[in-house]
Amino acid sequence: MTTVALKPATMAQALTRAMRDAMAADPAVHVMGEDVGTLGGVFRVTDGLAKEFGEDRCTDTPLAEAGILGTAVGMAMYGLRPVVEMQFDAFAYPAFEQLISHVSRMRNRTRGAMPLPITIRVPYGGGIGGVEHHSDSSEAYYMATPGLHVVTPATVADAYGLLRAAIASDDPVVFLEPKRLYWSKDSWNPDEPRTVEPIGRAVVRRSGRSATLVTYGPSVPVCLEAAEAARDEGWDLEVVDLRSLVPFDDETVSASVRRTGRAVVVHESGGFGGPGGEIAARVTERCFHHLEAPVLRVAGFDIPYPPPMLERHHLPGVDRILDAVGRLQWEAES
Amino acid sequence: MTVMEQRGAYRPSPPPAWQPRTDPAPLLPDAQPYRVLGTEAAAQADPGLLRRLYAELVRGRRYNAQATALTKQGRLAVYPSSTGQEACEVAAALALKDRDWLFPSYRDTLAAVARGLDPVQALTLLRGDWHTGYDPHEHRVAPLCTPLATQLPHAVGLAHAARLKGDDVVALALVGDGGTSEGDFHEALNFAAVWQAPVVFLVQNNGFAISVPLAKQTAAPSLAHKAVGYGMPGRLVDGNDAAAVHEVLSDAVRHARAGGGPTLVEAITYRVDAHTNADDATRYRGDAEVQAWREHDPILLLEHELTERGLLDEAGKQAARDAAETMAADLRERMNQDPVLDPMDLFDHVYAEPTPQLREQRAQLQAEIDAEGTH
Repeated sequence: MTTVALKPATMAQALTRAMRDAMAADPAVHVMGEDVGTLGGVFRVTDGLAKEFGEDRCTDTPLAEAGILGTAVGMAMYGLRPVVEMQFDAFAYPAFEQLISHVSRMRNRTRGAMPLPITIRVPYGGGIGGVEHHSDSSEAYYMATPGLHVVTPATVADAYGLLRAAIASDDPVVFLEPKRLYWSKDSWNPDEPRTVEPIGRAVVRRSGRSATLVTYGPSVPVCLEAAEAARDEGWDLEVVDLRSLVPFDDETVSASVRRTGRAVVVHESGGFGGPGGEIAARVTERCFHHLEAPVLRVAGFDIPYPPPMLERHHLPGVDRILDAVGRLQWEAES
Repeated sequence: MTVMEQRGAYRPSPPPAWQPRTDPAPLLPDAQPYRVLGTEAAAQADPGLLRRLYAELVRGRRYNAQATALTKQGRLAVYPSSTGQEACEVAAALALKDRDWLFPSYRDTLAAVARGLDPVQALTLLRGDWHTGYDPHEHRVAPLCTPLATQLPHAVGLAHAARLKGDDVVALALVGDGGTSEGDFHEALNFAAVWQAPVVFLVQNNGFAISVPLAKQTAAPSLAHKAVGYGMPGRLVDGNDAAAVHEVLSDAVRHARAGGGPTLVEAITYRVDAHTNADDATRYRGDAEVQAWREHDPILLLEHELTERGLLDEAGKQAARDAAETMAADLRERMNQDPVLDPMDLFDHVYAEPTPQLREQRAQLQAEIDAEGTH
């Protein structure tokens, strides 16, 4: 087994490494999906796994998402730990019946006798110039389904640590991979000791005193950029990366908002019925007496995902975030 | 110089040779449903097996009658009866070995019971005190599945996983004629054939999807013919002939066990009762049709065969009826006891560890219940 030193690694490579380490550690871990074998996935996230572990462990399936997830259910019933790749966000929809009627509730309907340790990897979100059906942010559907964990990394280290945790989890995990961060790099080095990140903990990516940006996945780097730009306006913004939408880390989010007294939720998903509404409600319920202003949302518009030449108008960017921060009733302070 | 420019010299080569990937002829079902009872094949049937099938059919019929009666007494929320289909239910259970797996739909509690499951546990879903009233691993019976055909890919995945682990396990999945129209039916059969998974699909074609007859469900020559499109054999069998269903399923299970891959079996049967106790079958079918099927009844067919061959006398029939009555009395007695429910169960199995949000909600419900108690 040769290890090519990757310094620094991309998020895609960290995800590959996570699956490789999980497969090496546990023969029950099986990777399956469309083009995941010989090709290594359309984003190359499963690159080399079929070669290293054989096609029975990393399997090119027929092109049928309900069949992929449905057979994964049966495999998990028999004690395997399937890691399913849905090729794109919008291609996961045919699997929704299996996900909602079986994957999410098998443990519950059998009173714990039949847990389903399935990881469902879904590349999601826009910003890569994808044509129709390749850029959806579908997390609200998953969040609304009891029994699923919904996890999304924003850093290379988290991509590794959270995917290892997802595969190790005895519950089904929808693992949302921000596809525009696939090629991002940070200081994570695969040759150093690699840590598993527990699911369900948010993290403060940037400390600040003026207001909290609550965000996740592809919007985390945008919020960090906005926080830097906000310094020119005299705002010192805190950025909370949720990492896990379910379970939701009320504690970390509330603690931050109580400190700053203001909050903006930022995500690509549409605002109406989107995650931001739930988050704003939770923050308001818990931090009402600490709030100086209503919790605001910066979200994608409530439109079908735009064609690539127009997507920049849709995606929450630095300016839109700063506009929202500007509307947090600062005048009341002076 | 491009190909177009050198047109005069260009000699198109024939396309690479094409031939069908599988010879379809051996996969085709017979023109008529396979039968044993009342045919020459009956002489080959094992008397012990026939007697066992008979006892199970009589017990199964009584089970269906008792469960239906329990709906009238309010002890079951609903019961989708398999009266008339007992041969399929019983043969499916008996064709499997202990280590094999059964994947039933909601109409197949009898198959689960014939496999050894406690009837009270099998009926938990329909009583409504929980969704699955048994540990599926105990008798290798997957949870009764309500969304049609969605259990079929599970059977394929389980059989595939067992084969990957080197275990000698076959999965048998039950579905109805209506279920064959679902996408999951197609995907499951396709995956099974591509993976050569040791799985058998039994379609109980009972004529109706609630009220919709087969003619509005499919234009296929038969449901068994669908197998050919996936590259697996299709078998057609008289679903009221318990010996025939048992033989066809046993062959298919043996074939799967030997590494031969999946089989699709269509059993022609009839749902004698309405869809459930809440359905009115007179709105979509006539008495004459039902009566014709009552005469082609699985118990009558087998009883006739056994009597003709001197394998069953009045005492034997009475013994079968007595055994069935004992089962029914026990079922009645236990179902007449109110189940003990713990509302906190609602929160305890959603995740391995409840989320913080569920812990809060659990505490809320507990407080509400405590407050009720003090009023």
